[in-house]
Amino acid sequence: MTATEPAPTTSRALDEIKIGGMGASRRRVEDNRFIRGRGHYVDDVVLPGMLHMEILRSPVAHARIVSIDTTRAWNMPGVRLVLTGEMMATRNLAWMPTLSYDTQAVLATDKVRFQGQEVACVIADDPYIAKDACEAIEVEYEQLPVIVNPTQAMAPDAPIIRDDKEGQADNVIFDWEVGDKEGTDRAFAEADHVSTIRMHYPRSHPSPLECCGSVADFDRATGKLTIYMTTQAPHIVRAAVALIAELPEHMIRIVSPDLGGGFGNKVPVYPGYVMTILASILLERPVKWIEDRSGNLISTGFGRDVYLEGELALRRDGKILAVRMHTDSDHGAFFGDAQPSKFKIGLLHSTFSCYDIPTAHLTARGVYTNKAPGGVAYRCSFRVTEAMFFQERMMQAAADELGIDQAEFRRMNFVRDDDFPHRTPFGFLTDSGQYAKCLQVGLDAIDYEGFRREQAEAAKQGRLLGIGISCMTEPLGAGNSREYDILGIKMFDSAELRVHMTGKAILRTGAKTQGQGHETTWAQIVAHELGLPADDVVVEEGDTDTAPFGMGTYASRSTPVAGAAVAMVARKIRAKARKLAAHLLEVSEEDVEWELGRFYVRSAPDRGVTIQECAMAAYSNMPDGLEPGLEANAYYDPPNLTWPFGCYIVTVEVDPMTGVWDVLRVVAVDDCGVRINPMIVEGQIMGGLTEAYAMSSMQFITFDADGNCIGSNFMDYLLPTAWETPGYELHEVVTPCPHHPIGAKGIGECATVGGPAAFVNAVMDALKQYGVRNVDMPLLPDRVHEAITQRHDVSGAPPIRTDA
Amino acid sequence: MTSLFEEVPAAAAEGVPVRRITVRVNGTPRTADVEPRLLLAHLLRQGFKLTGTHTGCDTTNCGACTVLVDGLPVKSCTMLAVQADGHEVTTVEGLAGPSELHPLQEGFKDEHGLQCGFCTPGMMLAAKALLAENPDPTEDEVRFALSGNLCRCTGYQNIVKSVLWAAKQMNGASADEGSAE
Repeated sequence: MTATEPAPTTSRALDEIKIGGMGASRRRVEDNRFIRGRGHYVDDVVLPGMLHMEILRSPVAHARIVSIDTTRAWNMPGVRLVLTGEMMATRNLAWMPTLSYDTQAVLATDKVRFQGQEVACVIADDPYIAKDACEAIEVEYEQLPVIVNPTQAMAPDAPIIRDDKEGQADNVIFDWEVGDKEGTDRAFAEADHVSTIRMHYPRSHPSPLECCGSVADFDRATGKLTIYMTTQAPHIVRAAVALIAELPEHMIRIVSPDLGGGFGNKVPVYPGYVMTILASILLERPVKWIEDRSGNLISTGFGRDVYLEGELALRRDGKILAVRMHTDSDHGAFFGDAQPSKFKIGLLHSTFSCYDIPTAHLTARGVYTNKAPGGVAYRCSFRVTEAMFFQERMMQAAADELGIDQAEFRRMNFVRDDDFPHRTPFGFLTDSGQYAKCLQVGLDAIDYEGFRREQAEAAKQGRLLGIGISCMTEPLGAGNSREYDILGIKMFDSAELRVHMTGKAILRTGAKTQGQGHETTWAQIVAHELGLPADDVVVEEGDTDTAPFGMGTYASRSTPVAGAAVAMVARKIRAKARKLAAHLLEVSEEDVEWELGRFYVRSAPDRGVTIQECAMAAYSNMPDGLEPGLEANAYYDPPNLTWPFGCYIVTVEVDPMTGVWDVLRVVAVDDCGVRINPMIVEGQIMGGLTEAYAMSSMQFITFDADGNCIGSNFMDYLLPTAWETPGYELHEVVTPCPHHPIGAKGIGECATVGGPAAFVNAVMDALKQYGVRNVDMPLLPDRVHEAITQRHDVSGAPPIRTDA
Repeated sequence: MTSLFEEVPAAAAEGVPVRRITVRVNGTPRTADVEPRLLLAHLLRQGFKLTGTHTGCDTTNCGACTVLVDGLPVKSCTMLAVQADGHEVTTVEGLAGPSELHPLQEGFKDEHGLQCGFCTPGMMLAAKALLAENPDPTEDEVRFALSGNLCRCTGYQNIVKSVLWAAKQMNGASADEGSAE
């Protein structure tokens, strides 16, 4: 395990690892309930008199609603309410704002705009009756032409999908640019070589195992609305509900209990949540909605779906002179991206941040199509996954074209260790890193030279081996509040710590764990700062009535922002405890020194008091003029993003006869700064690598030309099981973040962000001899086989082969 | 009939057939009046308030609802409650008593075999069935036995380690190795 702190100054100081402080692979406290089946998820919430809601979804992707007949449904025994868009409209609730200042239909009124869109809902005594009643609703649709990709969306004669929006004369949502166009053009004119590549990062669904759901409970007598829901950001939802439902914020309580995974999927506000709220207000009874998996797969937060045309201007010796990129992204029928409003395509322009690039220019266009609203940051920091995938694919293609070794090409273009802080060509400021060392650790671990020899030997026997490298740095931990916001709400985070009389404590934060282990990790930060054993600190999150206002957990914000707030609030407690210690020791505050868990008199180190004794004094023996109690809160607005770095190296063998490829080894080297709980960090990396493997090999959602979603269940939408998933070899480099209170950087997403390119680059390395430069993900055997036999690039852009 | 989805008794809807069944759940006989179409997962969760059995896909793919029926792993979201009549069902709540842990539960905690915890009960029950049949499995055998259970958080590596850890404990092979720390 990792050693962290220097040796204690006196024999009385606590052993940080023993009390569960920084660097301890402390076993997770939340597991005590999960392994007993005592987790409390939204579907476990049962309230007296609770009713059940089911949603009727559109079977077609684009159609005018001619009529909806709900008579049969209303007449079924056990049915309490049938809602349609028209009824929502009478309460001004047919439309709701999205997280990107767009609007989204709660229930369709005029038209349906994607397959699976919510058309009506039924509230009944039990979910079986509600489902029966949904099937009894008769809807007549008049089908309209369907748009399933940006090319179709931007065609001059394309139908306008969002004719509900005033002034929307085409299907373009935004047309954005960033960087230095003139400088980039100049660099390209002077380049020895220009490397160009086109790619598609396919649409994918985060698919946490728990679907979405909510239980809304409006109490007419008190005017209070309580909603138990699957959300990664309870306070943002509270603000949104206050605005949509026009209810006062202090009368709304959002409770996000245990979540069965999130991965970005549980950030947006979905129509189902809103409908349970209205139904509960109308019926004055609790209303529960638990989404089924097909509803989840076809209608909730997709990620990716970005097309790229990328170019690198290169000097003959391998130096990159400039980067030029254009992306078209498909956002579906409603622009619902969760991202800072200042950036039209999230942090896509964080691309190439780990390379020393003199100048760059990026243009990005987003369009509406007849698909479900996409754009959740699926296990990434606002479109960073796409940024790093394109970056590393462009790097490999360019290295191959120049005939320079792929590792050497990266090494020569890295930002050097002594170049920090480094300003990227798109304006980000990165603060620390040891990129070359990180890469070298990976190369040594996988025996890069040895593999190259093995690869050459294998080639003589007709076997195809390949090795792929992916290096990436990811901006994690939005804010600062100057630049980052959601719906105008500035991004920062919070923690509140109450130390009780006996030295036991409760910590609450504005973050929300979905399996990341906050209950374990946050207590370790308190242990590190105060010397209270981690077991003496209980952590609570996710209840807006008790937690301090915070932005929630997504984009790996937890440790960079909420974790920092935890450290800061603990320091506030320590500052007050110092006053109490001075009082107890009868010396002036300046004479009091701190070591882990204990204050002592500088001139007489044997005279000391523990932090627990200070806590007792805060309630029983405080000095005159000092406010009683030992509690504080902290709102932490980070000075900057944190920039963890990762290097992933994958080896594969491709079967040239079938296009099937097997992963031989996966080596991951992560530099996420100081590791609070190494066991949890490694768990996050392994989970992230699996999502990367999934993206590269099997996991994608596509649509036919009629907008039918291919993959509305786990038989068609493939997720890797224990059987396919490769094993991982993990390594670390530690470069503490200079501005984070405990030097941490965030890690949850790095492997998902950087991993996919490593798998794809490995397969492309194996296929180099066929003149193939790109096969779009996922690298399904038939696509790889086509690349081998037809010797051309294979596009995965939908719609796929409607003529077959 | 008492609706399984409401605490307040509701009259059975007209024409709704009801069947009385008796199931032995975690060693205790339980009786319920159920609609023939009611799923076993719902009987366990709403009827018997055993919410450790989770439903993640409703289509027998994800395995979160796995329980043991007469010792064999079954995905309870696609078994009808009436089919369990007269049979023995084990859920995660029946893995160990309230104050002790089954070696699988200890293994999952010790080897960090879970993150969000949603797939965990199903994983442990699938693993229990494996170890009953094959007390000393190889890594490949564990991976194959768990391939009907999806996990989105862990990447499986630690789940496999957890099961192997439990197998070792149950075989009493690690008495001399001390704690895992």
